[in-house]
Amino acid sequence: MSDAEDDLILAELSDEELVPQMHDDLYDGLKEEIEEGVNLLLERGWQPYDILTEALVAGMTVVGRDFRDGILFVPEVLLAANAMKAGMAILKPLLAETGAPTVGRMVIGTVKGDIHDIGKNLVSMMMEGAGFEVIDIGINNPVEKYLEALETEKPDILGMSALLTTTMPYMKTVIDTMVQQGIRDDYIVLVGGAPLNEEFGQAIGADAYCRDAAVAVETAKTMMSRKHNSLVAG
Amino acid sequence: MANALSALLSTRDWLMADGATGTNLFNMGLSSGDAPEFWNVDEPGKIRALYRGAVEAGSDIFLTNSFGANASRLALHDASGRAHELSRIAAELGREVADTAGRPVIVAGSVGPTGEIMEPVGPLSHARAVEMFHETAEGLKEGGADVLWLETISAPEEFRAAAEAFALAGMPWCGTMSFDTAGRTMMGLTSDGLARLVDDLPNPPLAFGANCGVGASDLLRTVLGFAATGPDRPVIAKGNAGVPKFVEGHIHYDGTPELMAEYAVLARDAGARIIGGCCGTTPEHLRTMRKALEDTPPGPRPRLEEIVARIGPFSSDRDGSGEEAGPARKTRRRRG
Repeated sequence: MSDAEDDLILAELSDEELVPQMHDDLYDGLKEEIEEGVNLLLERGWQPYDILTEALVAGMTVVGRDFRDGILFVPEVLLAANAMKAGMAILKPLLAETGAPTVGRMVIGTVKGDIHDIGKNLVSMMMEGAGFEVIDIGINNPVEKYLEALETEKPDILGMSALLTTTMPYMKTVIDTMVQQGIRDDYIVLVGGAPLNEEFGQAIGADAYCRDAAVAVETAKTMMSRKHNSLVAG
Repeated sequence: MANALSALLSTRDWLMADGATGTNLFNMGLSSGDAPEFWNVDEPGKIRALYRGAVEAGSDIFLTNSFGANASRLALHDASGRAHELSRIAAELGREVADTAGRPVIVAGSVGPTGEIMEPVGPLSHARAVEMFHETAEGLKEGGADVLWLETISAPEEFRAAAEAFALAGMPWCGTMSFDTAGRTMMGLTSDGLARLVDDLPNPPLAFGANCGVGASDLLRTVLGFAATGPDRPVIAKGNAGVPKFVEGHIHYDGTPELMAEYAVLARDAGARIIGGCCGTTPEHLRTMRKALEDTPPGPRPRLEEIVARIGPFSSDRDGSGEEAGPARKTRRRRG
């Protein structure tokens, strides 16, 4: 805030100091500092995947936790996610070259009649922040759009979002159609949005209701590891 | 007292607003995902019935079916050019119902959020937000709304933009926000934060408060937060009738008419002068609320424990009111 500001030169920090500093800068949504930090670590010979997990994902975990606990709110999280995204933009081509593992794939979209994409965007960013590949199909999606995306993108997870009481029942329409087509169990279905709750998620046949973006990430990770385990066991 | 709402407020201790729009339109056959505002033109009889349902249940104020009638929201339905028209007709139908009610009933022109995030965090500019709100406001004004009624807002910036638009339209207004995230709005604003915001506006609303959110308990806590600031203007409480559940393929809110009657009385005791419901609140709920408000003498301001005992638990331990302004932030470069 006052005297200490701008006194710090990232390049002069050791790796042990720089990484926690990047966590702080992510927390504060400082995009340029994150870009600088990522580039510094690359110059120092870090693997892109290590920068992603240790500097960026670990930092976003703190942001996610404070968001879940009601310490941070949407504006701060959006700024943090934007900073994260800037760092990711540098790493993405390098990660692709090195064939780094992805945690899983997710198709996400807001249901028909709903323009709200704040929650959805947050989930997308936090999921990407956690190493997932996210295909965002935007707002106002009829059931056909969801099915098409499942077909072409072959994700592990389908995420649906609704912020209005007038649109949330549409999630059931999508899930019911998946059941009819016999493809429901091929995907993990996560739902979220302000008017929803856990009981609602269960009643419409989703795998889980996620209260916020941080919970979505935790739930997705848990379900993916369960999926892997059952594949190994099966 | 140039406007009908102030006139009515000056003669009464409390006023009852209406209940849900979406829930009641679903009960009349609206499909999920469709724009409710199209029914102003395509099913005017059902919209009149929606309004009449509230009036006949004892509401002194009802909101028009124009919540999503702004250019941004209507763009979803390829109807971004119809914001003015759909708003105007929503208010015209309301005027018809109010003018034949046989008692003073206020037509409140509902103005909902644009659904976009405003600058600097998001893409929507202040100027564009004002322009969209202004278009809706002019439509509602032309249709004969007594006041404009901004609702379910999360961002202070959007609240300010709407206020500016209402000044351009020269209309009196009321404004409520939705406190759905740990007792704050999605954007982190507390109840006392809204009270301060309202005081700072060049054209403050006639009344302000909370609508929607999580459940009736949380909403009452928010009203207590407003009351603690000693507001200069009436406080509005429009809470949901419980939380949504899926019952036999339809959304059902679990708040009973009896619970909402308790809520209405507690809201008044907590300091609200305009009391209504939001999602899940049907005319049946409104009837019991009206009766309870008439039959129950005013009581002392309820304590939080009393709200929990009578209505149910809160969704979070605290709501941020009375704490340091804004979320706790670490300072930049603290390791420096």
